[in-house]
Amino acid sequence: MTRRLHVSTTLNGDAVDFLCDPRETLLDCLRDHLGATGAKEGCGTGDCGACSVTLDGRLVCSCLVLGVEAEGKEIGTIEGMADGETLHPLQRKFIEHAALQCGICTPGILIAAKNLLDRNPDPTETEVRYWLAGNLCRCTGYDKIVRAVMDAASELREAS
Amino acid sequence: MNYHTPESFEDAAAIAAAATGTTRFLAGGTDVLVQLRTDLVTPDDLIDIKHIPGVKQITRREDGGWRIGAAVAGAEMTETAALCADWPGLVEGMDLVGSTQVQGRATLVGNLCNGSPAADGVPGMIAAGCTVTVIGPEGAREVAVEEIPAGPGKTTLDRGEVITGVNIPPRGAHGGDAYLRFIPRTEMDIAVVGCAVNLRVDGATITHARVVLGAVAPTVRLVPEAGEAIAGTTLDSAALDRLARAASAACHPIDDKRGTIEFRTHVAGVLAKRAATIAYSRAKGDQA
Repeated sequence: MTRRLHVSTTLNGDAVDFLCDPRETLLDCLRDHLGATGAKEGCGTGDCGACSVTLDGRLVCSCLVLGVEAEGKEIGTIEGMADGETLHPLQRKFIEHAALQCGICTPGILIAAKNLLDRNPDPTETEVRYWLAGNLCRCTGYDKIVRAVMDAASELREAS
Repeated sequence: MNYHTPESFEDAAAIAAAATGTTRFLAGGTDVLVQLRTDLVTPDDLIDIKHIPGVKQITRREDGGWRIGAAVAGAEMTETAALCADWPGLVEGMDLVGSTQVQGRATLVGNLCNGSPAADGVPGMIAAGCTVTVIGPEGAREVAVEEIPAGPGKTTLDRGEVITGVNIPPRGAHGGDAYLRFIPRTEMDIAVVGCAVNLRVDGATITHARVVLGAVAPTVRLVPEAGEAIAGTTLDSAALDRLARAASAACHPIDDKRGTIEFRTHVAGVLAKRAATIAYSRAKGDQA
């Protein structure tokens, strides 16, 4: 039996603590210990992007991060994206453009897209497609996702 | 599994040297955690090196060369404009590894230590003449990158040895490098063939060149005959043809679903020509 370790971290701006086995991934810890089930497990090997979160502002697959590595870090997940009942423009545009069907990939894609727009408010379509190449979606065919991201980027630029 | 967070490489090496079971060093984790989760390798001791000072630093050395800490992620290299300007081929290679998410974690040293013959980050390092600093029970040593890979998934590192970072030589004047790989799609795949070229010119003449192939042998391979084929030339079509023949002749690839022996051998020559052409125009200061 491996000893459980105590981890103190920040989740969407709130200080949180949890106990975990060092073999548990950050994704397991988010879902099983912190009740943040927005990040999904698709492949579990870093290929599909459904578990995307930010770690100190850097986009990562939470299935390829150990929970213990989150000590002292700032984690950003889909749960921190809307402002109360008010959806983030990306979330609103995903609904408007029907950029989701089953929804399993959506939290990861929204986190990845927001991370892109935080760094590059005016990406080309090519830049959006390359940035999101690690987020697989088996429903939409991607076009609607790309259009939603471009539209949200445009709205965010006008608002700023 | 014991999770260790040493604060020096000497301590990390000592933990590994004293361990009796399976040991892994953890930096970006994009290979180690996949192996852990698919039950390929379950370490008894996992040694996270990210608490060691300096491991996340990219440093320009006084001689104009660079030092890339063992835990520097690919994205951090791509975001360092002066490094990209000096060594675009080396950075391009690392940048081809995985997705945006993987780039946020994956490291150059990890790409080397994973021991894949198809590692996109490795040919550019060898072409550039990089070394790595190794710390182990016997102390520190500096080793040429091409001496690290020993075969698929294997390195020449001894138990208790750990790489602390990559040393990239000064770019110097009139040099250029490039890396190209063939994959059957445009992104997110593993090289069927990879080729890095680093060369220097005097006017229009190549004074020396290093050509490195990936995914066509059990290890990434430095091909001295390919470099010699273009040294002393202006990269005319005869020189390019000699380069392609030398590159193809150095191939000992496997036959698998991603490429046949014949295909990989041919493509190695094609990529060598194209990468040399890009490196040559970069060395001459052309836009490329």
